[in-house]
Order: sequence, then structure tokens, then C-alpha cells
Amino acid sequence: MSASIWFDLHGLAWADVLQLCLHFMLLSMLAVGGAITTAPDMQRYLVAEHGWMSDAQFTAGVAIAQAAPGPNILFVAVMGWQVAGAAGLIATMVGILGPSSIVAVLVGRYRRRRADSLALRAFTAGLAPLTLGLLLSTGWILTAPVRQHGVALALVAGTVLLSVRSKLSPMWLIAAGAVAGALALT
Amino acid sequence: MAEPPTQVPSNDNSLRQPASWAELLRVFNRMALQGFGGVLPIAHHELVERERWINAQQFVELLTISQVLPGPNIVNFAIIFGDRFFGWRGAAAASAGLLVLPMVIVLALAMAYQHLADWPTVAGALRGMGAVAAGLIIATALKLARALKRNSLGMPTSFALGAATLVMVGFLRWPMVWVVLGLGSLGMALAAWRLSEQRPPTGPSEEPQP
Repeated sequence: MSASIWFDLHGLAWADVLQLCLHFMLLSMLAVGGAITTAPDMQRYLVAEHGWMSDAQFTAGVAIAQAAPGPNILFVAVMGWQVAGAAGLIATMVGILGPSSIVAVLVGRYRRRRADSLALRAFTAGLAPLTLGLLLSTGWILTAPVRQHGVALALVAGTVLLSVRSKLSPMWLIAAGAVAGALALT
Repeated sequence: MAEPPTQVPSNDNSLRQPASWAELLRVFNRMALQGFGGVLPIAHHELVERERWINAQQFVELLTISQVLPGPNIVNFAIIFGDRFFGWRGAAAASAGLLVLPMVIVLALAMAYQHLADWPTVAGALRGMGAVAAGLIIATALKLARALKRNSLGMPTSFALGAATLVMVGFLRWPMVWVVLGLGSLGMALAAWRLSEQRPPTGPSEEPQP
């Protein structure tokens, strides 16, 4: 491993990396209900608008982060790495975490002073329905590469049913998906 | 802007305090490494049941705030939690514990995948995992939808806002910026209006400050 991995931008210009960071900073502030809700816009930006990665790469990145231990937000690290190496990784992670973390510290401190303000409660109640709509959008977009496979659609539906009806660990469902996919989705 | 360590106000004497920011780093790292497919259930077990740093009610309140704030929920949770005990050092320690080691693991897996991607079995397994990941996210939305019953907007308005978001972002693929700014402002304005109508003139605080 050489120092060049820090500067191998996979053909992007430094201006592109800066633009990438700024776009993810914007998404950071818009990621109401978790970073996964920005996945539709990341797909639009990285795949459809710039062609920096393919649809299959994008969905694989999300699946790898879901399968691995740790916060699912780490799919953003995979995106950054695939688009522009180490510089891309830093750009996307600093972008997606920076602005929202500063807001979290400020709101946490404010909230310890006044829990019952109308503004805080209106903010919570007013944005909750959007959170759910964005989560559903993300689920829908992640099915895009497999929508033509009956087996995959059955996996999606089975996962939804089992997950809503039982307290089975997601780890087992992911493992079952890997086995079913290896046997039937090749 | 370092803030002195904040004593957590609590009437529950059985609660403990983390000894140092290094202990936060260690516990949040342990949480993250157990969290396959989501860290939140593990966080509840570790912080409430095992370490007893906060009680269940405080956990739920912290989680609500972390979910409605922009940004990744569990990272927001770690930041607010860490900041409350040890200021910015605590926030940095908790979020680093959560992110650094798992990030190395995820990147190693992603790089291994690039070399294995031409192998049909691996590609198939990843497709299967992607389908399950999509299902898990849809299921989470459906589970959370039950909580809308207690939303001050009421079920019909909440449902309409959620469905409009799905259509605009999921189906029509409009940029999220305008959808969140537009529908979000509408939702917050409606919520503020309903809350100010419901609120008694000198109503006492409903929820005790954790």
C-alpha cells in the first residue's frame, strides 16, 4: 500500500471531490429520519446525474454496510471510497456527519434547558410523517436492481412480514437473504 | 466551547455514571461491533440494562430527538449522550467508538467484494442481501407508522404527508431538498397550529426533563 492511494481520485478532479463533500453536507442537513433516507438522492446524484458509480455498485454498497456490524450510515463510506478513493471517503463522511453533528450538540444542550418549548414539539411532530415516507422511498429504490426477479420480490415481502410480525434479529434475515441469493439469484 | 461535565439530573439513584470519555469510547465500540443490521436494539441493552447510565424513559426521549434531528440517528444519539457527560470530548469519543472500527471492517468487505464480484455466487448472495435490506427498511417504516397515532397532526394528515413524500421522492425522483423544505415546513406549521390550540393557557410540563 503506497501513499498514492490518498491521491488516486479514480479520474475525478479535486473540484469534483469538493462538490461531492458540499453535496453530502447539504444531505446531512436534510437527512431527517436517518442517513439512509438520503439514499434516493445519493443514487440520483452519484449514479444518474454524474455516472460515478453503477446502480449495482450502489445497491451492493448499501447491502455490504447492512450486513457488516456497525451503523448503517457506513454505506456512505463505501460510496465515497468507490467514487474517489480515500479522498472521496473523507469527503462523504465529513460531509454527511459534520453539519448534523454540530446541530445535534447544539439542540442537545438547548433541550437540557427547555424540554417543553412549542418549537421543539412542532418540529418533532411535523417531520415524523416525512421520515416514514423517506424510509419507504429508500426501501422502494433499493429494490430497483432486483425488481424483475420473482425470488427477490418474495425475499423483500418475506422480510417485511417476518420483521413486522416477529422480533427476529435482522442478522438472521440478512444471512437467509445471502443463502437464498447465492442459490437462486445468480 | 468546552462545557464542564454536566451532572445528569435524575431521581433514580440506581443509575451510574460513565467514569471517563475513554469508557464511552469502549462501550460505544462494543455496541457497534455487535450491531448487525442496526445498532439501536443493542444500544438499549448496553446503556439501559447493562451499564445503567440512563433509564428506559430517558432512552426513549433521547432516541426521539435523535430521530427527528437531521443526520444518522445512532450517531446523533451518541453525540448528544456523550456531550451530556463529558462535553465535546464525550461526543467525539462516543461517535468515534461507534464508527472507526466498523468502518475499517466495511471497507475491507467492500474491497473483497470488488475482487469477488465476477463470481456469480457472490453477486447472487449480495443481490439477496440487498433484497432483505430493502425489506428491513420498509418494515421499520411500517412499525414506526403505529407511533403516528400519538402525533398531534392526527392520522389523516400524517398519512397524507407520508404518502406525498413517498410519491415525490420515491416514485417521481424529485430532489429531496425541495420536498423536505416544502412538505416539512407545511408539517411543522400544521403541528405548531394544532399544538397551540391544544395547549392549556398555563399547562404544566407533560414530560419531566431527564
